[in-house]
Amino acid sequence: MRITVTVDGTTYTDEVEPRLLLVHYLRERLGKVGTVVGCDTSNCGACTVHLNGHSVKSCSVLAVQADGAEVTTIEGIARNGRLHPVQEAFHDNHALQCGFCTPGMIMQSIDLLADDPDPDESQIRHGIEGNLCRCTGYQNIVRAVRQAAERMRPGAGPEAERITEDRSAHTVGGE
Amino acid sequence: MTATADQEIGKARLRKEDARLITGRTRWTDNFVLNGMLHLAITRSPVAHATITNIDTAAAKSMPGVLAVYTGADLADEQGSLPCAWAITPDMKAPPAPALATGTVNFAGEAVAVVLARTAYEAADAAAAIDVDYAELPVVLDMPTAIKDGADLVHPDLGTNVSAVWAFDSGEAGTGGDVEQAIADAEVLIERTYRQQRLVPAFMEPRSVVVDPTGEQYTMWSATQIPHVLRLMLALTLGVPEHKIRVIAPDVGGGFGGKLQVTPEEVITFLVARRHGKPVKYTESRTESVQSGHHGRDQIQKLTLAARRDGTVTGLKVELLADMGAYLRLVTPGVPILGAFMFNAIYKFPAYKFVCTNVFTNKTPTDAYRGAGRPEATFAIERLMDELASELGMDPMAVRERNWIKHEEFPFTTVCGIVYDSGNYEAATAKATELFDYEGLRTEQAKRRETADPVQLGIGISTFTEMCGIAPSRVLGSLNYGAGGWEHAAIRMLPSGKVEVVTGSSAHGQGHETAWSQVVADQLGVPFEDIEVIHGDTQSSPRGLDTYGSRSLTVGAIAVVKAAERVVAKARPFAAHLLECAESDLDFANGKFTVRGTETATTIQDVALAVFTAHNLPDGAEPSLDSEATYDPENFSFPHGTHLCAAEVDTETGAVQIRSYVCVDDVGTVVNPLIVDGQVHGGLAQGIAQALYEEAVHDESGTLTTATFADYLLPSAVDLPSFTTGRTETPATTNPLGVKGVGEAGTIASTPAVVNAIVDAVRHLGVSDIEMPCSPQRVWRAIQAASAATNGGAK
Repeated sequence: MRITVTVDGTTYTDEVEPRLLLVHYLRERLGKVGTVVGCDTSNCGACTVHLNGHSVKSCSVLAVQADGAEVTTIEGIARNGRLHPVQEAFHDNHALQCGFCTPGMIMQSIDLLADDPDPDESQIRHGIEGNLCRCTGYQNIVRAVRQAAERMRPGAGPEAERITEDRSAHTVGGE
Repeated sequence: MTATADQEIGKARLRKEDARLITGRTRWTDNFVLNGMLHLAITRSPVAHATITNIDTAAAKSMPGVLAVYTGADLADEQGSLPCAWAITPDMKAPPAPALATGTVNFAGEAVAVVLARTAYEAADAAAAIDVDYAELPVVLDMPTAIKDGADLVHPDLGTNVSAVWAFDSGEAGTGGDVEQAIADAEVLIERTYRQQRLVPAFMEPRSVVVDPTGEQYTMWSATQIPHVLRLMLALTLGVPEHKIRVIAPDVGGGFGGKLQVTPEEVITFLVARRHGKPVKYTESRTESVQSGHHGRDQIQKLTLAARRDGTVTGLKVELLADMGAYLRLVTPGVPILGAFMFNAIYKFPAYKFVCTNVFTNKTPTDAYRGAGRPEATFAIERLMDELASELGMDPMAVRERNWIKHEEFPFTTVCGIVYDSGNYEAATAKATELFDYEGLRTEQAKRRETADPVQLGIGISTFTEMCGIAPSRVLGSLNYGAGGWEHAAIRMLPSGKVEVVTGSSAHGQGHETAWSQVVADQLGVPFEDIEVIHGDTQSSPRGLDTYGSRSLTVGAIAVVKAAERVVAKARPFAAHLLECAESDLDFANGKFTVRGTETATTIQDVALAVFTAHNLPDGAEPSLDSEATYDPENFSFPHGTHLCAAEVDTETGAVQIRSYVCVDDVGTVVNPLIVDGQVHGGLAQGIAQALYEEAVHDESGTLTTATFADYLLPSAVDLPSFTTGRTETPATTNPLGVKGVGEAGTIASTPAVVNAIVDAVRHLGVSDIEMPCSPQRVWRAIQAASAATNGGAK
């Protein structure tokens, strides 16, 4: 089947098998290997991306279902070398260790903040419940999301994915 | 060029590694795509024990994109036996361990056939079309049954299900008294049997391997903790010359011991790639990972603690059954031995005996999982100390304090003959009890008991230590382990003043690039940002023993320090030459050689440039500052701490809620507090998960019923509390940085703290034990059983 999908701002048209999962389309056809696969049962959330501005587990979406849609991955949220505030907060709060769950965790956190720009600790924990991390015990992830919420006020979500230079983000790599 | 003046060690540096990981610029093994690369899929046994009577591959072979199908018979001449590097006794029984099953299968999930195809989807389709006939054999699952005479056998050729019996007796070793005498003389005996359930390491990145057989060397990318050990073991297993193999561990998504392995999948991928002369990739599904990747724990601990009525422990006897699973993997038989010297923990027990029986079953092989042996030991003794306190009507902290090694008694030789170099249990405990409000919670607990509140409060203590930084080579040798415990480092000063640090210890989330940069910045006085840490590739980092057992900082970073000292020593004569002074007149500090008593100075970076140009060096000098060092630790490191857990138990539903968790860990000198806290958080999560949630369950046919994350309860953010972490710093005296390991501490300490809290909450109802994981059902049943017993079965 022929699909046309816009991923991280670039439009692609491809022939795909109907059974091809969106995550495999992203990784194997488009080389978007920042998005990863962690389980077979949609429990871990490592493959979380945004489909038309909302988080989905891309292992549970067929590529053909994304026909005509706009997909944003972890590789598409920084702008002109400036990190998204959630990326920045994950770095600043040591919210990752091995980093394998991180792309999905960040994409889910952005979606969470779009729904609720001012979540408390319990709301954050429930908001990222579908994303598993084996390294951090979640403590610093929760802290990072809380800090990102403060930095991003007011509002986030699809708008936050289109942040421009005016947002006070900084680049990573040392303090 | 500037030199840093303030000390890097101790700074909460944000991690260098993050920049790539938070933007998706990652290099996981499964990301690698090579020209002409082919894909593998594996057909696995659905049964736990059977003879393979027929494998029909015809349908699979004719499917689209399929290049070849192999069974164990096809690879039998090449695959050798998967290595076990730890023969714990001279007569240890070790069955052949084929990568691809030949003749029989011994656990559900064992690889039976493999498909090579153009795409991963095509390979998976064909693997599902392979038709295997099995003649099922009796399944051995229960250890006590397995060791009885006449039991069904996992490996009939061995004549027994017992792999080995290993013992330590302080009386015989001359390191303590006779435990049988202590038991005979005891005023109080506490006898308990605890079960360490089977766990899944559950690293987030499934294991993946890519082998490129083109070029002079075979290159293997693997999601492994042990690129160096893997290279050597592949050579020994497959008979390929070691120098013809290059192993790369690129970005590795967690390990926790689960990637401390030489896997069937690595061997299979290697052999198929070699046969076809093309790059081949295999990436496991999560279910394959949980079925075939090794498991952890799975012990039955029979414990006898002898004590006086004043709470002084006089002896401890430990009799273990340890489940090996179906085969001995890399260090399977040694895992219980790593705990053998830790049951005495922080205490001054005068007599101790440990006997471990290693047992084969038709289950996935076990091996290292975070803590490996030490969580089991810590759980046992910390639970026993609570039971002793209860028996004597003493406060559980008071019982511990009566027995623990006092600060002024260090260095202390334990009943196992091991020397604890340093520790301060009093300080960690004082700080923890203050942060926790120990007295306040005890008061609340008393009130809730008085009012028969349906939600009861319990307080759990774990005053733990562990031995890590594995290990002095000589000690490993005495335990008959197959390798040493040294680590290697090399440092290169580049002409522009930048520094490359090569380490043999390869990170998979621990932040070596950041921490090693801090260590080197202090040693050489160069900026943190100017240091690049190189690891995880046997070509660029040719020597190393890799990452496990909380050894990276205590062994690997000390090698880095030693290499840096050699760089400075090499630079000194060049600096003296450039500054036209005697070497003995030079001071080196903050990256600068200064002529003593003057302002005349040169930086080590300037010296590096002068050495590079080599225009003006002393006669005959070798123009290089490059240095390397191999460091063998003189002792283990012994981090310790006091962990306190307050748990609310709903006596009507059995639900457990952790209300607060406070831990004060002493890991010696802290290089990066941010990373240390992160290690503790993650460790706690895994230890708490053992107490409350996780268990690998086999049904009566040997099928693993928890082979997905839908069935194996890996805790999510809502399942865990927020932790309060504190620290005391008692530097290690056995290494120049004063550091102790931190990677496993949280996991080792937390499990008994949680279970002690739960039991404490309901002990007044007659409960003295709850089997892990303490699910609501188990807690509720324990309360019901106790209540039935106290009411004489009236309920």
